[in-house]
Amino acid sequence: MNFRHNPQLNKHGELIHLLSIEGLPRALIHQILDTAGTFLSVNDREVKKVPLLRGKSVFNLFFENSTRTRTTFEIAAKRLSADVINLDIARSSAAKGESLLDTIANLSAMHADMFVVRHSESGAPYLIAQHCAPHVHVVNAGDGRHAHPTQGLLDMYTIRHFKKDFTNLTVAIVGDIVHSRVARSDIHALTTLGVPEVRAVGPKTLVPGDLREMGVRVCHDMAEGIRGADVIIMLRLQNERMSGAMLPSAGEFFKNYGLTQEKLALAKPDCIVMHPGPINRGVEIDSSVADGAQSVILPQVTFGIAVRMAVMSTIAGNSA
Amino acid sequence: MSSLHLDAEALYSDLLTGVRGLLRPSTALVGIWSGGAWLAERLQRELLLDGEHGVISSALHRDDFSSRGMTAGADHTRLPFEIEGRHILLVDDVLFTGRTIRAVVNELFDFGRPASVTLAVLVDRGGRELPIDAAYSAARITLPAHQRLSLVRDDAGRFSFDIRERTV
Repeated sequence: MNFRHNPQLNKHGELIHLLSIEGLPRALIHQILDTAGTFLSVNDREVKKVPLLRGKSVFNLFFENSTRTRTTFEIAAKRLSADVINLDIARSSAAKGESLLDTIANLSAMHADMFVVRHSESGAPYLIAQHCAPHVHVVNAGDGRHAHPTQGLLDMYTIRHFKKDFTNLTVAIVGDIVHSRVARSDIHALTTLGVPEVRAVGPKTLVPGDLREMGVRVCHDMAEGIRGADVIIMLRLQNERMSGAMLPSAGEFFKNYGLTQEKLALAKPDCIVMHPGPINRGVEIDSSVADGAQSVILPQVTFGIAVRMAVMSTIAGNSA
Repeated sequence: MSSLHLDAEALYSDLLTGVRGLLRPSTALVGIWSGGAWLAERLQRELLLDGEHGVISSALHRDDFSSRGMTAGADHTRLPFEIEGRHILLVDDVLFTGRTIRAVVNELFDFGRPASVTLAVLVDRGGRELPIDAAYSAARITLPAHQRLSLVRDDAGRFSFDIRERTV
């Protein structure tokens, strides 16, 4: 694959940026998950730090706020011994009118080695990857509605951890699929890893029929959507979608699509329940499910740090 | 292939004797992934040592990370005992530049402060780039830098050596 087709890979097919799960070969995804497994064990050591990124500077560029994702990237970079610089870009340069590429040029002059980018515009991390110096690596930490590849990878790590194999699973993704970059990344990852049935579950306004083009089964009925599932991924219902014509009310959504113990009983008895967080109790998920025995929401957070360490160390070790 | 002939099984017998001489009452064997781990596993059994041997990987402390990149993860370190205050005997198949030993010593110290660290190897092939030496080596040979020497274990658990041209 050449640069124009997949800017994430160098000419040897090695990962140099992580921009999207779309187009990543299955073997490469497994390699990242294997590497994450190695880093998970670092948590058990007396010294919870490895020197792979010693002397490197990782700049967290969050043009859109996200305390949790930024914190997990920061912890991951610090456990790899990188120096981490957090820039609250939303409130500084961009607010003063500086263009994205000028911001990047300035930060590059400060000898950045890696940019972790969250932006409300889809494609912003691609633009940065195309314009930064060859030794600089870019990680997409969520761009618009497009992609959130590290969340997708940590979801895959979680599924592999609990289910071992992808090729006999039914995975239901429930909620606001159309606006969700997490859903998009999960769908690309699940289909690449050979999951035979991926279902997108929710009301017509949030789960349009053209999602079928991504290789998923569209279900507007919750019971049909989660019946027999091995994995249920609940998505956060974003408050900003509540107003307007997309949804009648939070209460109505919970009644139809909120995950309760009663609905969960339709899935397989060993079905795991995932959520990218932050959860809205009583909106998309009932507290008894979020805190219940089938919930793996907190393990997802722990795995997320190891997966981000794996991504950062993998790209830092490959050159353009 | 080189014309050099090394009988790995015969050298292993010598290593077993050498390691026995280095053991203290509380010494723990730690094999370096992957050839050294096979040696430590067999030494642990044949020297009738209590408990399990340890395995250690250099992957997270390698000094060539920026040029060679991340090496995949199934080989991670397993140390099923306390490192703090323990006498550690590292075992490896081939001692060459010493860089792997430097990396695994750093890895070891991430788990605690050992009382001492000693090294025993099957073959010392010279070519050191760091001030590191083995307390015991079953053989000392000289091999051109472009040749790669590594231990192979067959299905029956018997050792032999593989010599080939280095690819990188």
